Amino acid sequence: MLAYTDRIKEIARALLTDCRVELVIGFRKGTVPMMNEPCFINSPDEADQLVWDSNCGINLANYLANRTEKIGIVAKGCDSRNIATHIIENKIGRDQLFIIGVPCQGMIDRRKVNAMFDGEVREVVESDGLVTVRGADFEKSFEKSELLQQNCSVCTHRNPVIFDEMAADPVDEQQGVDRYADVREIEAMDPQQRWDAFEKLLAPCIRCYACRNACPLCYCPTCFVDEARPQWVGKSQNPVDVRTFHFLRAYHCAGRCTDCGACERACPVGINMRVFTKKLEKDCFESFGWEAGLSPDVRPPLDTYRPEDPDDFIK
Amino acid sequence: MEHMGIEPGRLQFSWVSSAESTKFVKVVNEVSETIKKLGPNDRFVKKEIKVA
Ligand code: SF4
Ligand code: SF4
Repeated sequence: MLAYTDRIKEIARALLTDCRVELVIGFRKGTVPMMNEPCFINSPDEADQLVWDSNCGINLANYLANRTEKIGIVAKGCDSRNIATHIIENKIGRDQLFIIGVPCQGMIDRRKVNAMFDGEVREVVESDGLVTVRGADFEKSFEKSELLQQNCSVCTHRNPVIFDEMAADPVDEQQGVDRYADVREIEAMDPQQRWDAFEKLLAPCIRCYACRNACPLCYCPTCFVDEARPQWVGKSQNPVDVRTFHFLRAYHCAGRCTDCGACERACPVGINMRVFTKKLEKDCFESFGWEAGLSPDVRPPLDTYRPEDPDDFIK
Repeated sequence: MEHMGIEPGRLQFSWVSSAESTKFVKVVNEVSETIKKLGPNDRFVKKEIKVA
């Protein structure tokens, strides 16, 4: 991880010194453990702030939409796929970007870690795949694989799909992971059980829209939930409104979501709203053989027509 | 929608050209029959807030 950080700093510094970019978007250490924050670097001497470790789960592609300057951006596997999606959707030009690719080995699930200890976690350090968690009166080490975010544990695109320079050698992709076990679990239920399962899932939602704001796909100038004329969805905490927000947002992400997990990570009450987007991701994969953002040159299934597209749902 | 718990059959899609009047009638009849069997929709209906 240290080597990654050094390399990222080096590349960023060089880019800014040579004025090849105006801005580098990366991560710096957060003020609390396991929460690195995005940072925007404008001059070579600020490059030392940049870090890389297993707490960089925020999706930096989120900060690219509609920018006009030349940008260097640090991108792990899923970020790079969202950048590709941005390029397809004309939200940023490929020539505006210098992508610093980071082979990713998964991000730590801070909720999992916090839930394991009674006291406050004060420090989390990694070395060689071992994560040590320290608090005022405890210290414990874990294999990193035990602490991964769920989406990272089933990720099959850890290496960036597009990049200009890599910060390290590519890592091995995970083989034979079952990406959709959680979706199948819901599919196996009957309608009533499913309805109840989602009702329970969304009950704590406070509609803060943090999930939407963290998502790189949600770049509309006015989101449908904020519109008042016409008002598509009620603004209340009523379960019907909450559910409408969630499933409509998921539809807007269909064929675009990379399962980066930024939405789930951002939620203050810990709702796994990825169960919505993941179902659509699975459907896209099964119906169209599509995985979002693998290349900036292929049009996504929802804006192309092929005669063999499945249509048995139409009577 | 069905994944979320809407009863199968409540949401249906069909493609009817403006020249296919008989198909249109057939589809409408079929849809109303399935929906009648399912009964009233109680999902996505806002319940009145109970005031004590
Ligand atoms: S919906 Fe969530 S998982 Fe999908 S791209 Fe957006 S933030 Fe990432
Ligand atoms: S971040 Fe969580 S609480 Fe906020 S709107 Fe999304 S699901 Fe609801």
